[in-house]
Amino acid sequence: MPPAALSVHLAIGQAYAWSVFKPPLESSLGLSGTQSALPFQLGIVMLGLSAAFGGTLVERNGPRWAMFVSMACFSSGFLLSALGVATGQYWLVVLGYGFVGGIGLGIGYISPVSTLIKWFPDRPGMATGIAIMGFGGGALIASPWSAQMLDSFGTGTGGIATTFVVHGVVYAAFMSMGVLLVRVPADGWAPKGWRPREAATRRLVTTADVSARNAVRTPQFYLLWLVLCLNVTAGIGILEKAAPMIVDFFSGTSTPVAAGAAAGFVALLSLANMAGRFGWSSTSDLIGRKNMYRVYLGVGALLYLAIALAGDTSKPLFIICALGILSFYGGGFATVPAYLKDLFGTYQVGAIHGRLLTAWSTAGVLGPLIINAIADGQEAAGRSGPALYTTSLYIMIGLLVVGFVANELIRPVHERYHERPRQEQVTGKGQAV
Amino acid sequence: MTGTTDRAGAADTAGRAGTANRRTGLMVLAWAWVGVPFAYGVYELFLKLTQLFSG
Repeated sequence: MPPAALSVHLAIGQAYAWSVFKPPLESSLGLSGTQSALPFQLGIVMLGLSAAFGGTLVERNGPRWAMFVSMACFSSGFLLSALGVATGQYWLVVLGYGFVGGIGLGIGYISPVSTLIKWFPDRPGMATGIAIMGFGGGALIASPWSAQMLDSFGTGTGGIATTFVVHGVVYAAFMSMGVLLVRVPADGWAPKGWRPREAATRRLVTTADVSARNAVRTPQFYLLWLVLCLNVTAGIGILEKAAPMIVDFFSGTSTPVAAGAAAGFVALLSLANMAGRFGWSSTSDLIGRKNMYRVYLGVGALLYLAIALAGDTSKPLFIICALGILSFYGGGFATVPAYLKDLFGTYQVGAIHGRLLTAWSTAGVLGPLIINAIADGQEAAGRSGPALYTTSLYIMIGLLVVGFVANELIRPVHERYHERPRQEQVTGKGQAV
Repeated sequence: MTGTTDRAGAADTAGRAGTANRRTGLMVLAWAWVGVPFAYGVYELFLKLTQLFSG
């Protein structure tokens, strides 16, 4: 099952490497930077929407159906985009990659989650950590691969169209392995020697089930939504501006950071983001989900504070703190399905996860907006160096503290939201008749 | 009769061993399918990383 999940997540993680296509699209079709970002932005919006609205369908039709839909949409998105570039119709690229491909992103992202949790009920954090690490790793593969292909085929419309066609065909073949291999465990399957009731010794871990419809009526869902949104906002704040941020921070020192070194810093952050997805999510199986989020939000706030207070005095401290923040950002994504499983059970955890991902879409807008707006404002006011970012850093600390409080407020879900056991439902129906 | 039972038992054992081998082969293939591209991505990442320490 893990390779099946990875084959989908490693493919759809390509979305984060869209920036490779921006310069050639801009030069060959005469687009602005905002226009060339449209397919990616629509793709992320569609990811959130299709995960939120398609979650119940995924639960009903199973992971193989979901992975097939994801493969079909993601690949045909590339093919439509190829047609758009070849004919000079940019709207087809936006429709293809953004709308159709974006549906593939959302359905693909949630497709293996509930199945993985059912296969590994004893280590749900590790299981979903592997898959969601794949989403981080997708850009690592796609970024150099796409760049090399553009080098070979050329950066004119013909070259970009050919690159898109190759992407569509290769990703279809790559994802089909997941479609063929994925299996749902038999009802009542459990790892050898593992008993759910004995395992549910932590206060927040339930053996009951809550439907997606009931989950969105609980305060726990909205508290967790806030936790995820604020944790992602704090991480994206650094991720989005990583290269210019490290250059600006140390521009006034005796050892400024060159552009090449800044690219290396961004690569190091990607590694921390990916490692956090697997490492911290697996750790949450040992220390519990609530404690893990205390670390993400509490220690994350302290790391931001260290960056703000140290300013440009220590490059190693800046790098270590940024790595910690990015590892918590990745960990937050990967741990949330297991947190949902603890609170709401495995019954419709994929659908609930889909609805929660709207927090990601919101954070995707919020994080860059805060950092960019404030940095632009400070620059206009004539400031430079760390002063460009100090206000944003304190805002991030505030957001993380709010997230910390929201996490503290999460309590076990009230019994009235629990699904009745099947036997009880049959009996209840019989009595009513 | 005993000979027939022994042969059936041996065939059953061989069948199970064959299934186990196929499963192992499939597992190796599946992990290689995702592992090789991932290793390529990590290798490219390390190439960029060196720029941080040399740049």
